[in-house]
Amino acid sequence: MTLKLELEDVAKTFVMHLQGGKTLEVVEGVSLSVSAGECVVLGGPSGAGKSSILKMIYGNYRTDRGRILVHGADGAIDVATAPPRQVIRLRHATIGYVSQFLRAIPRISALDLVAIAARDQGLDEGLALTRARDLLTRLNVPERLWSLPPATFSGGEQQRVNIARGFVADHAILLLDEPTASLDATNRAAVVELIRDKKQRGVAMLGIFHDEDVRDRVADRIVDVTRFAAKAA
Amino acid sequence: MSPETMSADDQPLLVARGVTKRYGPHIGCIDVNFELFPGEVLAIVGESGSGKSTLLSVLSTRLDPTAGSVGYRMRDGVMRNVFDLNEAERRLLMRTDWGFVHQDAREGLRMGISAGGNVGERLMAVGARHYGEIRSTALDWLNRVEIDQTRIDDAPKTFSGGMRQRLQIARNLVTNPRLIFMDEPTGGLDVSVQARLLDLLRGLVADLGLAVVIVTHDLAVARLLSHRIMVMRHGRVIETGLTDQVLDDPREPYTQLLVSSVLQV
Repeated sequence: MTLKLELEDVAKTFVMHLQGGKTLEVVEGVSLSVSAGECVVLGGPSGAGKSSILKMIYGNYRTDRGRILVHGADGAIDVATAPPRQVIRLRHATIGYVSQFLRAIPRISALDLVAIAARDQGLDEGLALTRARDLLTRLNVPERLWSLPPATFSGGEQQRVNIARGFVADHAILLLDEPTASLDATNRAAVVELIRDKKQRGVAMLGIFHDEDVRDRVADRIVDVTRFAAKAA
Repeated sequence: MSPETMSADDQPLLVARGVTKRYGPHIGCIDVNFELFPGEVLAIVGESGSGKSTLLSVLSTRLDPTAGSVGYRMRDGVMRNVFDLNEAERRLLMRTDWGFVHQDAREGLRMGISAGGNVGERLMAVGARHYGEIRSTALDWLNRVEIDQTRIDDAPKTFSGGMRQRLQIARNLVTNPRLIFMDEPTGGLDVSVQARLLDLLRGLVADLGLAVVIVTHDLAVARLLSHRIMVMRHGRVIETGLTDQVLDDPREPYTQLLVSSVLQV
């Protein structure tokens, strides 16, 4: 199996200057890897640092220690030390991220929001729209909503638009931060199918799923994050 | 990176080195260093008095620095210190390859002449002479910035704040610049008007691949438009990084204060 993502001895601490410099040690010694076609699930109670690990990989949080290697055709890039432009390029070309919440942009329709995510990766306009329609259909977003900006949609509808955004492009690595959190059984099943499709196409996925049923259906391995708990200084 | 794989996009468009501006004993900005690449949007954030507007004025050659240099890659690919350019060269740069969007549209527009004239004037400054072509280009740009084309002969003094700002953007973009400076472009506008302008700017910047240096105190504006952020305080850059990284994982005490002071960005 081709190694796609590799974390080596990664640590994260927040220093909260507004609380008198209080430190919050989130995780340390995080070492894990994800190969092509594999879905690895981060396990552990909330607050264990699962989301923080995903955010460090996406470059959204800074990494205090260790390496986060993203393997690609041109060798490995260490997200922990890569300059901003390189991280932006990785996000366009290599790493996708599906968060729990949609950040709506004023005046942009649901369909365009999804299509833009595909165009950002270099897909032409026609293919981007075709894929966007296909995904919104698979995720049961009613067609009458496609032309509307999602700001007024229900939580579940927004989440499905967000999932479509995350799945529409051909990223080699996908980070999934509770994509099924507020979905009903039908839509959870739709997301499970999308993940299986990605697996078959060799995408490496690292995710957080609190729903045990979904977790059991998609996970190849579960990595218990509590073993990366920072030892109190 | 090997020279073979290096394209024009891998070379910075603008390079600030040790940019410093003092007003007598007062500090404008001190020792600012950064590189801006083609198509990149850099937001400079900080409170009033942090030096962000002074920095923008120096970068855009509206002010001379006390020390430091600002390099710009000219269209022929040669990097030149903009303060070594002669007056004519600098004026040409500001009229063609650069744009400047002011917070107060009255500073960036001629309020007494028509909207079409405001757009056409910048075209004429770079040598356009054919009236019909100038007018049709102006009409096209009014359309792109969502100004009703029937308003082409009206002067901007009859326009709303949001329309004036959109006209100012059209006037700046008509010469196909590669770099735009923006000073609080949404400041002083109603929230709904701001949202429309931001959306327009976001689309234009992405479609045209513009490099932008935008000064704003509004972190939501920085979040929506920029790739990278520089946080300034007391004239110095205190924190810099990817926009979402600085906003979601701010490191410096002052940045943490700024981010936590906003309701939601």
